[in-house]
Amino acid sequence: MRIHEYQAKELFRRYNINIPYGGIAFDPDEARSIARRIGRFPVVIKAQIHAGGRGKGGGVKLAESTDEAYSLTHGLIGTKIITSQTGPGGKLVRKVLVEEKLETDKELYLGIVADRKTSKILIMASEAGGIDIEDEADAMPEKIIRVYIDPNIGLQPFHCRKIAFDLKLTSSVWEQFVLILQNLYRLFTDYDCSLVEINPLVVTAKQSIMTALDAKIEIDDNALFRHRGIIEYRDIEEEDPLEVEASRFNLNYIKMDGNVGNMVNGAGLAMATMDIIKLAGAKPANFLDVGGGTTIEMVEKGFRLILRDKDVKLVFINIFGGILRCDVLAKGIVQAVGKTDLNIPVVIRMDGTNIEEGRRILYGSGFKPIYVADLKAAAQKISELAGA
Amino acid sequence: MSIFVDKNTRLLVQGITGKEGQFHARQCVAYGTNVVAGVTPGKGGEKIDDIPVFNTVGEAVDKTGANCSMIFVPPQYATDAIVEAADNGIEIIVTITEGIPILDMMKVKNYMGNVRSRLVGPNCPGIISPGLCKVGIMPGFIHKPGGPIGVISRSGTLTYEVVNQLTLQGIGQTTCIGIGGDPIIGTNFIDCLDAFERDPDTKGVLMVGEIGGSAEEEAARFISENMKKKVVGFIAGLTAPPGRRMGHAGAIVSGGKGTAQEKIAVMKENGVYICEDLCTLGEFCAGVFKD
Repeated sequence: MRIHEYQAKELFRRYNINIPYGGIAFDPDEARSIARRIGRFPVVIKAQIHAGGRGKGGGVKLAESTDEAYSLTHGLIGTKIITSQTGPGGKLVRKVLVEEKLETDKELYLGIVADRKTSKILIMASEAGGIDIEDEADAMPEKIIRVYIDPNIGLQPFHCRKIAFDLKLTSSVWEQFVLILQNLYRLFTDYDCSLVEINPLVVTAKQSIMTALDAKIEIDDNALFRHRGIIEYRDIEEEDPLEVEASRFNLNYIKMDGNVGNMVNGAGLAMATMDIIKLAGAKPANFLDVGGGTTIEMVEKGFRLILRDKDVKLVFINIFGGILRCDVLAKGIVQAVGKTDLNIPVVIRMDGTNIEEGRRILYGSGFKPIYVADLKAAAQKISELAGA
Repeated sequence: MSIFVDKNTRLLVQGITGKEGQFHARQCVAYGTNVVAGVTPGKGGEKIDDIPVFNTVGEAVDKTGANCSMIFVPPQYATDAIVEAADNGIEIIVTITEGIPILDMMKVKNYMGNVRSRLVGPNCPGIISPGLCKVGIMPGFIHKPGGPIGVISRSGTLTYEVVNQLTLQGIGQTTCIGIGGDPIIGTNFIDCLDAFERDPDTKGVLMVGEIGGSAEEEAARFISENMKKKVVGFIAGLTAPPGRRMGHAGAIVSGGKGTAQEKIAVMKENGVYICEDLCTLGEFCAGVFKD
C-alpha cells in the first residue's frame, strides 16, 4: 500500500524524524492559512499524488505570499499532473502539502527496502541527495552505500557507523544521523514497510538540523492485518474505481488499455493469458485473477466487472480447473449472463477438474459462448474477432 | 526417480482440521501419498478419516516418523508453523499458505540457513512426483508418471497448463515443483535445477518463470555454468504494466527491473530454449526433448 508524503511525514514525526513545518490543505483557503501560520516566505506547495517525479511534472511550486499560496493551490487542485510515473493520463491533484522552505547545506539520500534477492533488509544511502536512486544505481553504482541487515539481528551500531563514515558526515551531524537511521529502521520494521525513503535528507543551513524534506513509504499489503490504524491512510481516490470494486470482492483486477476482457484463475496463467491476447494481435483490457478458492458469486462479479469496461469488445475466459472446479465457473458465468445484456462475443476455454459438468451447464443454459478446446484455438478466435 | 518427494515420503499436514487442509489431505491420500499425521494445536487425539491429529509437530514426528510437512495454516501463523516443522527435523516443508508478510518470511528464510530442512514455497501449489507422491494442491490426474522431464514453476494454474500440455504430447514428468509466487521463497530455481541435474531419470527441465525479481536470470547463469541437461524456459508477463503487482506478491516490474523481456534475453544468452507462445509450449518441448 502506498501512502502520501504528508502521511509518511506524520509517521516520521511520531518517530522523532524532523520534518519541515507545515500542513495539508484540501482547498486554497486552507493553503492560505497554513502559509500565514508559517509566516516566512517563500513557502513550498507540493501536490499530493501517489507518484514520484512531481518536481519535473510541475507539482511542486514556491509561493512568495499568502495570496500566492492561495492562487497556486487553486491552480493545482483539480488539475492532472503527468510525471514519469503516472502514465500518460496523469493523476488528479486533490490536496497539497504546504511547508516552510528550508535553506540547506547538504542533501543526502537515505532509503530502506526489503531486498528479495538477499532476503535482507537493505539500507541505501548516498551523498547525492535528491537524485533518482534507480538511475543513479545504474549509472554510478559505486556512489550508493549499501548495507544488508539480517532481520533476525536487526540494525547494529557498526552498520550505522559504516554508513555515517561513508557519507563523510561531520561530527556536528553524526549523532543526529545515527538517531534518524535507527528511528527510520524501527519505523520500517514496526509497520512492515516494503520501502521507506527520505530523498533528500538535508542538513539545514545555520542550525545544521537534519530534516526529511521528502518522505515515501510503502507498506506490505500482506501485513496490513496487524496495522489496523494504517489502513485509514489508504486513499481510494488514487486508485482505479473498477480496481477498488474488485478488491471488495477479493478479486485481483488491474485495468489495462486494450479491448479484450479476460478472466482467468491463477495469477501466472492470467499474465500468460494477457500475453496470448497480445500475440494474437489484440490487446488485453485487464488482468483478472479470480483465484483458486473462487465461489459462483465471485465468478459472476468478475464477469460483470469486465463487462462494465466500455472498451471491451470481446471476452476471453481461460480456466484451468484445479481447486476451482469448472462447474463452479460455469454456474457463475451463466448467472452473470442472466443478469446482463450481453452483446459481445465470449470465447471460453476450460479444462481440468469437472470439465464435463462445466460444459453441460454452459451448453444447457441457452447462453451461446464460443467454446474452444485449447489455447491454440483460443488464440485463433481472438485473432479473428479482435485482431488488428 | 524423482526429487524431494517419493514413495518414502511420510507426510504430515499442518492445519489438517481446517477446510483446505482437510480437503487436500484427502486428495493426497487418494493420489497414493502416505499421509501419516496431522497437526492442529488443541485438536490432538482427533482423527481425519484414518489420519491421527496431534497437538505438536514434535509429537507427530515421534509417533509417526513424519519426514515431510504440508502447511495450510493462515498467513499470520504460518511462519510459526514453518519454524516448528524445521525445529523438529522435518526434511521437506511445503508451505501452501498465501499472504505471509514479507518481513516474517525474511526472518524465516534467514533462520532456515541454520537448519537442515528444505522449505518449498510459500504461496505455491506444492510438489508432485507423478505416480509416486503428491504433496500439494495440484490436480493429480493431469500428470504423467515415469518422466523424463522435471518441471519448476513460480505459478499454480500456469504449471497445470504446461504440465497438461506435456502430458498431451506424451511427455511424462519425474517431479513438478511449484516454488511459489512470493518475493521471498525457500527453495529457488537453482536448488531445483541442481537436484534435477543430479537425478538420473530426469533428462531435461522445463522452467516457468514470470516477471519480478532476478531469479530467472540467476538460474540462467547457473544453467550455462553447471548443467548438461537441456532446459526449456517460458516467462509470463510480457504485457504486464510496470509498477503493478500482478496477483502474485512477487510479480512486479519495479524501477524497470524484472521485465519478461530482460529475463528472456538473459535466458537465451545462457542457452535456455525459450518458448514465447504458451499455446505451443507442449509441441516446443516435444521438439527440444525428442532425443
